[in-house]
Amino acid sequence: MKETPLIPAGVKRCSKWQFSIWMAAVTAVLLWGVYAMFLIWYKGLNQTNMNDAYGFALWIWADLAVIALGGGAFFSGFLTYIIGKNELKNIINYAVIIGFICYSSALLILAIDIGQPLRGWFIFWHANVHSMLTEVAFCLSCYFAVLTIEFIPLILENPKLDKKPFLHHLSHNMHGIMAIFAATGVFLSFFHQGSLGGVAGVLFGRPFAYREHIFIWPFTFFLFTWSAAAFGPCFTILVTKVTELITRKKLVKDSVYQLLAKISGWMILTYIIAKTIDTLYWAFVTAPSKGFTLMDFYASSTYNIGILFAEIVLCGFVPGLILITKRGRENSFLLMTAVILAVIGVSLNRWVMVLQVMAVPLFSFNDWYAYMPSWQEVATTVLPVAYGLIVISLAHRYLPVFPQEKELNPID
Amino acid sequence: MKEKNDHKHANRYGMVIDLDKCTGCGSCMVGCYAENNVPFKPDETNKLDSINWIRIFKLTNKKPYPDTEVCYLPMPCMQCDGIGKHGHSPCVSVCPAVATDYDYDTGIVSQIYTRCFGCRYCMAACPYHARKFNWWDPVWPADMEKYLSPNVSPRMRGVVEKCSFCFHRHQLAKDKAYLEERKELEEDEYQTACADACPTGAITFGDLNNKDHAVYQLKNSPKAFRLLERLETNPKVYYLTSKEWVRRAGDNYLAHEEPGKLNHTVKEHH
Repeated sequence: MKETPLIPAGVKRCSKWQFSIWMAAVTAVLLWGVYAMFLIWYKGLNQTNMNDAYGFALWIWADLAVIALGGGAFFSGFLTYIIGKNELKNIINYAVIIGFICYSSALLILAIDIGQPLRGWFIFWHANVHSMLTEVAFCLSCYFAVLTIEFIPLILENPKLDKKPFLHHLSHNMHGIMAIFAATGVFLSFFHQGSLGGVAGVLFGRPFAYREHIFIWPFTFFLFTWSAAAFGPCFTILVTKVTELITRKKLVKDSVYQLLAKISGWMILTYIIAKTIDTLYWAFVTAPSKGFTLMDFYASSTYNIGILFAEIVLCGFVPGLILITKRGRENSFLLMTAVILAVIGVSLNRWVMVLQVMAVPLFSFNDWYAYMPSWQEVATTVLPVAYGLIVISLAHRYLPVFPQEKELNPID
Repeated sequence: MKEKNDHKHANRYGMVIDLDKCTGCGSCMVGCYAENNVPFKPDETNKLDSINWIRIFKLTNKKPYPDTEVCYLPMPCMQCDGIGKHGHSPCVSVCPAVATDYDYDTGIVSQIYTRCFGCRYCMAACPYHARKFNWWDPVWPADMEKYLSPNVSPRMRGVVEKCSFCFHRHQLAKDKAYLEERKELEEDEYQTACADACPTGAITFGDLNNKDHAVYQLKNSPKAFRLLERLETNPKVYYLTSKEWVRRAGDNYLAHEEPGKLNHTVKEHH
């Protein structure tokens, strides 16, 4: 096969034609998103269905969600390189790739979302140190650089590139110092995940979002970091399982999944207990001090109390309890159920902290604000998904992403 | 060199709107549009993407005829002083690029259009929806460009704008005072366009710190209240009403709470 020099030795890949058709289909979706993106850059944000009440909408949710889901990269890196859970080295490459996709997508979405894209650098140049968004921009950009550094040695392991002595040694040496970057990534992630929580938590004019502070940080600062560390690994597991399903081969041993799922389960359970305490304090102390009852925030047909139940119980306690039990983790149906619920749970939390904040009326003479994204918003939100699929497809085909693949899938 | 802020002697411009006098005629809005080059769309049906620096809400007591009562409530930017009155208004503290700022000499919250990059975080932070985004580039009907005010720069697509308490009028008045070797402005030297345009005299504007200005007395009236006071945004726009239901509509209260008896729980009033 002509492509053999580019494909890692000892692994089997689909035919070039099969791969090309798949890539063409995903690229078509990507181009749809790119078209919408240029339409927005050329014509402006009037191409969206956002309005003055819904200044933050689908994109900011997508931004927060992909950053939370990409949290698997920093937390897996922390567990692998700092805590020393060596078994996770069998999934860390993929966690880094998923993180890289998530963070590059987040930066792209931000570039689309701002009204004056050519002034995007103002956030660094004219930085307001009191703004949570400034902290997000700095830490997010720095962490993306860290993820790129973490991704490079894996790219250099492509058989063709690895033949070059310089690239081979560069990759080897970069692997050697990866713990430093993992530690840097953890430090940066703590702040930008937290700052994203702070973006909503500091809004003292929005009682649905506002939370009490510890020093300068609202409770949401800690909850967002905690939830990203807790739910991010579930997304890593989910994407790996889906990759196994599509490629029809086992890529990671069950023991690796079990370990990551167990840690994730305990993190989810402790997080959701903290989130419950935060919710109770907000519902019975903070909100009433502003003249609101809990049910004032859930008085809409769209945003009813069911959403709170779904977030905390169905997509919080349930996956947490499944994943902390050995029987739950070892049953593949329960494991997948828990992982899917967890991914929905953290995405729902980010949705609520962006879109419900905008929807809640603050005056008795105002009604709930409604919003439905335009096709351009949907297309540009699907764009990162298509982009992610392309990066994953290329990485899986040409890079030795899974160290256990050869052992699990011996070629005769 | 950074200018030293003397909070003690600073002006603190504010507004008092007497809702008992407001007829909802909309003159304040028209005056504001003309004065500040506020752009408008060919079709203004969708109010959620309209730009206006002052809006008028129609409130009713929700009682059937003949007990129905109506109140018109004009709402400009509240020029919030923020928690503790330190200038950390909801929008100023969140803007990542310092495109909106609190002027300690006047208490006015500014918007720097050429600095704003359109992230809209300030809009998300403002509970009064006082901030408006330029979803389109402004397009003026034929020849209307010739009638735009030369003192106010029109805004471009993709940035946020809001009421400035006609800050350019303050600058012009200060220039005049400087030439006349005066430091203080007289009350009538600096007035906003909406206050000038109001035919019933419902809008009073002035320095809330100056005992000689009408707003100083008015804000201390037992009829005075501010919108969403319990959020601790510390607005500098006060309202007067003799109707309890209007006062109640201006904030949020639990079922057992009464507006007039809650003031002691709200931080930093005057």
